[in-house]
Amino acid sequence: MTELFGVPVALLLGQLLLGLVNGAFYAMLSLGLAVIFGLMDEVNFAHGAFFMMGAMFTWMGGQYFHLNFWWMLLLAPLLVGLVGMLVERLMLRRLRGMDPIYGLLLTFGLTLLIEGVFRSFYGVAGEPYSPPDLLGGTLDLGFMYLPLYYVFAMLASLLVCLGTWLLIERTKLGAYLRAGTENPSLVQAFGINFPLLVMLTFAFGSALAGLAGVLAAPIIQVSPLMGSNLIIVVFAIVVIGGMGSVMGAIVSGLALGVIEGLAKVFYSPISTTVVFILMAVVLTVRPAGLFGKEK
Amino acid sequence: MSQAQAQAQAHGPAPTAPASLRPADEASPAALQIDNLHAWYGESHVLHGVNLRVNPGETICLLGRNGAGRTTTLRAVMGLTSARTGSIRVFGTEVIGLPPHRVAPLGVGYCPEERGIFASLTTRENFLLPPELPTRFPGISADEIHALFPNLQERANSPGSRLSGGEQQMLAVARIFRTGARLLLLDEISEGLAPVIVQALGRAIIELKKKGYSVLLAEQNFRFSANLADRFYVMERGQIVLEIARAELDKNRAELKALLGV
Repeated sequence: MTELFGVPVALLLGQLLLGLVNGAFYAMLSLGLAVIFGLMDEVNFAHGAFFMMGAMFTWMGGQYFHLNFWWMLLLAPLLVGLVGMLVERLMLRRLRGMDPIYGLLLTFGLTLLIEGVFRSFYGVAGEPYSPPDLLGGTLDLGFMYLPLYYVFAMLASLLVCLGTWLLIERTKLGAYLRAGTENPSLVQAFGINFPLLVMLTFAFGSALAGLAGVLAAPIIQVSPLMGSNLIIVVFAIVVIGGMGSVMGAIVSGLALGVIEGLAKVFYSPISTTVVFILMAVVLTVRPAGLFGKEK
Repeated sequence: MSQAQAQAQAHGPAPTAPASLRPADEASPAALQIDNLHAWYGESHVLHGVNLRVNPGETICLLGRNGAGRTTTLRAVMGLTSARTGSIRVFGTEVIGLPPHRVAPLGVGYCPEERGIFASLTTRENFLLPPELPTRFPGISADEIHALFPNLQERANSPGSRLSGGEQQMLAVARIFRTGARLLLLDEISEGLAPVIVQALGRAIIELKKKGYSVLLAEQNFRFSANLADRFYVMERGQIVLEIARAELDKNRAELKALLGV
């Protein structure tokens, strides 16, 4: 078998590809956090819980209402977005103008609450969820068999990332968001309903987490704890990309997925910590993150 | 327009009478009528009962030293102070209890003292950012704006952060000309700019007057506004202390100098 740096090429390519799939998830999750942070200066700790809810809703839809994956791909993000909207409107809005630490504490508390509720009903063992029949097959790449669903999940995530980027960088609505990030009161003085914009942005960021949850359901065990296992890594990625930077979230999400994959090949014990090592390095060299702007 | 001018003159002869004591014209309400306005930033009480009136089509200059309360008066109209009491009527509609985003749709354009150019947006995006208002006031067309400020078109794709101070100021006023706003609140637009830019801004104000805009200028000194404004208010410690019609400017020059410290 051919080798590169003393590693079989097939293994290397395989891990690279899986890393890209992971990276696409990281990108979509950190994107939601970045959009919210950019506009509200608010660290949404409940993002992992929203991700988990997206996956749990998908499983519950099949279990209780016989709604298939495709239905839930549409419904679960809408439901999670609605939950996000209520959280912003009824709770976070009251904390506006106060130290951001209060919002962080609130969303952290919400995370514990949401996870606790799901745990009390479904335990922590996790439920299996099969990919839809259409995507049940595998793709023979020569060096590995890649489940067709992985390809779908990766492409869907990338498409959503691209769409979000276009929405923010190329549309009028996106211009309001970018302007609101810089000077919210002036945007409001121009006659734009800024509180509404904030609520919708929070709902959108939450829906992105929910969508990532739906896409993840057939890949990882659907369990009440799946969010908290992932969210710390996602926070590190947002910090590396630059808090609030949309492009930074996408690029560093994908890159970190690949780097993790490579770490598994070359020195697997480091693969779970490499993200945090990189975060430490980036914070030392560029405190605002790779794509962040110094304030 | 002629009615507005007639009205402005009718109010002219009684320069120092507080605006609130005048009979309000029911048929055509003032563009801006402020009565007994108090405003706060957090704990600090900045405005102490401001009364002023901008008639439709009038250009008014609000003078005063630094910290007199000019900027705060404009910000209070937009709802950008932390608290305010009294009465602010914009074309007859009371706005004191309205959230900031409900003020502009009545026909108000606001240019803040710090210009408020968004660094991450291009010049074109900055120009097109303020949404069109439901007033249907024709105002100045985009072509006329470009004729007034030709630089802006050349810099259309530059990010806001790359513009010079003068270009930023032109952009900050130009973007509120095209929205259908008919009352413009312009804070300190001539400050710290090269004479050629100040002249361009002066031409723009003259154009606004021709088109029937009502304008409230806040200025630290009256050099820029002396030939532009129809009336002057002077503020001190959060109150209006003097009102002068342009015709009486010379008569009051000594008092004005004392108040402004120029």
